[in-house]
Amino acid sequence: MKTFLSLNDLPFCKGCGHNIVAINTEKALQRIENLEVLDVIVVSDIGCIGIIDKQYNSHTIHGLHGRSPALAAGISMALDNPKKKILVYIGDGGATIGLSHILEAANKNLNMTVLIHNNMLYGMTGGQPSGLTPIGFKTAATPEGKKIPPLDICKLAHAAGAARVQRIIAIGDFSNDIAEALKTPGFSLIEFIELCPSYGVKYNPDKKPAELAKESGIEPVLYTNVNRPVYKLEIKSDTKTLLDDEITITVSKDDQKKYNNFSLLLAGSAGEGVQTSGEILAETAISCGLSATKKGSYPVTVGVGFSLSEIIVKNKPILYTGIENPDYIVITSIEGLQKVQPILNELQGKTTIFIDKSLDFELKNKNNVEIIRLDLRTPLGARNCTIYSLAVVLKIKNLLPLEMFYNRVNTRFGKKFDLETLKTKISNLDLTT
Amino acid sequence: MSITNSLNSNQNMQTKAFIDGSRLIVESLVRSGADLFIGYPITPSNLLYFYSSRRFPRMLAAPDEITTLQWMCGAASVGLLPVTATSFPGFALMIESINMAVMMELPMVIILTQRLGPATGTATSGACGDVLLLKGMISGGFAVPVLAISNFLDCWILAHEALKIAINLRTPVVLLTSKEMVMTLQDFDISRLPDLPKLRMNIYQKDEPYVPYEPNSTGVPEFLPLGNSKHQVRITASTHNKKGIIQSNTPDSLQNSKRLHYKIINNLPSFTFYELDEQTDARTLIVSYEVTSQAAREAVSLLRAQNKSVSLLIVKTLLPIPDIILQTISKYDKVIIAEENLTGQYTECLFGANVPPKISKVLAFGQMISPSMIVKEVMA
Repeated sequence: MKTFLSLNDLPFCKGCGHNIVAINTEKALQRIENLEVLDVIVVSDIGCIGIIDKQYNSHTIHGLHGRSPALAAGISMALDNPKKKILVYIGDGGATIGLSHILEAANKNLNMTVLIHNNMLYGMTGGQPSGLTPIGFKTAATPEGKKIPPLDICKLAHAAGAARVQRIIAIGDFSNDIAEALKTPGFSLIEFIELCPSYGVKYNPDKKPAELAKESGIEPVLYTNVNRPVYKLEIKSDTKTLLDDEITITVSKDDQKKYNNFSLLLAGSAGEGVQTSGEILAETAISCGLSATKKGSYPVTVGVGFSLSEIIVKNKPILYTGIENPDYIVITSIEGLQKVQPILNELQGKTTIFIDKSLDFELKNKNNVEIIRLDLRTPLGARNCTIYSLAVVLKIKNLLPLEMFYNRVNTRFGKKFDLETLKTKISNLDLTT
Repeated sequence: MSITNSLNSNQNMQTKAFIDGSRLIVESLVRSGADLFIGYPITPSNLLYFYSSRRFPRMLAAPDEITTLQWMCGAASVGLLPVTATSFPGFALMIESINMAVMMELPMVIILTQRLGPATGTATSGACGDVLLLKGMISGGFAVPVLAISNFLDCWILAHEALKIAINLRTPVVLLTSKEMVMTLQDFDISRLPDLPKLRMNIYQKDEPYVPYEPNSTGVPEFLPLGNSKHQVRITASTHNKKGIIQSNTPDSLQNSKRLHYKIINNLPSFTFYELDEQTDARTLIVSYEVTSQAAREAVSLLRAQNKSVSLLIVKTLLPIPDIILQTISKYDKVIIAEENLTGQYTECLFGANVPPKISKVLAFGQMISPSMIVKEVMA
């Protein structure tokens, strides 16, 4: 006869409910049709109950305190085989630590069964209270009784979406209940109410588990979520390569030497296309046969505040992607100005600053700095002010062909962008102002 | 499908890619055989997460980083090759579970995208401040392979090598990078990328009972997935003997634990990666790794253009430290180590508190190290 769980020499104290749960589990496993010993995967937590793994002839994995439900969830999703029964052995302490893992697995309704051995305290470490310890229960750490009511793990798991949840007082034969949990597709959980014979009885000598459970409102219950779908990890065998056309730029066979190297710092506000415009400028350079990089800086909030884009263009491969002294600084908003003010104060070499005419700023060192004040925000509106500004720079400084820039704008936005208006405004730009 | 064919279908048309390193890392890992990405999209690893969700055959969005590593361990124990990407705050949460993965000998790749700390720090600033953490993250001082990416080509090659080490040595491997390497866009000729063979776990095939922690000649046990129908598999994070039975400090179990360290150290020659560009008359050596490598390469060009002889060592197998690193350093009169952190963490890994006078550090905190900072130190 096959044996899943050897009941000889169980490693638990005399009188401990863990023994009774073990006996019932073996009975339940025997009752499942066509279940082989190697169809069972035991995932055990830390604590007294965690050492049950060596009693098993099935597969076993023994992990960290409170994390066994997450470890089991990983096994369940990756294995994706309902024939295999995944059993999680965990105590009330582990369930407190790993509460979110239990709820996550219940919420996904993963194929697994969590057996919570609630002996009302952390047994291995001297009997401290857990989140599942009943109110009034005395422990070494709470000699006057626990003052906070226990978490109702059954209600929580059920609300999260578990297919089957049950609370059982761990006395007598409840193997049918375990067998039902094992047979239920999806996530099942049983909370066994026990009393730790070493620390529980010592501090609460006159109490029985059933009484304690009743006083705390954690009485035997059975909840189900009928016909809830079981989570299935999707396998996509034919995902598209990331190195496809969307990242490729057709390169002209132009003589790259006719272009000058430059670095440009575009400083503006989130939502005004700073990063995209920087990319389009870099793409323009690449399409001219040059090398280019685009580095972005912005606060984590993404949608508000400053946005900085740093573009380097060279006629040889670029290694270092930082800019030590920018050749051009384009400032389109007050937030951009505030962000680059420290850079403006430190300018060492020759720099041209393009700045919206509404913005005022001071420079410590004006040597070698050319300042061009223009209306950058109104010609195409704030949303497109950075695209407009870069076109202005290209027109005035003749860095790269405007036609190539327009091509890249068109490639990026297509009909969503009014390219003709941009072209007209740039072509009519009055350089005398 | 070769990369060149997939991209330059029209051979008359010359094209270039404009990409970030994240894209190359994810593509490389999937082509190399990684099965599953699990993660939480912490900045600046979010592009890795985003690309993975499109490219990996399996993708799991985890609610947090402890769950991430636990799910990865579960998936690895049944034979999948999992990958995650994170940054310090998430990595810190993973460390207990990485210790578990080391003890369980589960293969996985953890991409650590460094950002400016301490704590939450500045999520959108790069840094290279987690090296000492990596050195000491396993209780007992055990080695975990750490490969540091120095450029786009490394994103491709070292991602593959990281998976290979994870499989061959049955260990978590850290692929170390930082914000600018994985987020800055750059033109790149992807026809330079070599094709990558698909990697698979070696599965125990024999009929004799499986002993889960019985090492082969390289010190690594053969793998058999949990849940197989042939042999019982026992896996545990607690100190255990070869059979996977928990034991308190017996000679067998201690021997097994020590093996976990020495299987990495003894196999180090099989994963020693570095780049050495020596000039025969040079007496000065620049050493760098990770994102600062690019500034170091540029500094070397600038120096040589001024007829200053200088050699360059780019370290790619960051941890454990291969012998060749200290051997190379020992040959030079002056050595500059450039790294983007406050105190010189890799220098401390190399020399402890007793840094020889010939070593000088070029450091930066909250900014990239520029080529001129390195040049200045060489000329000083």
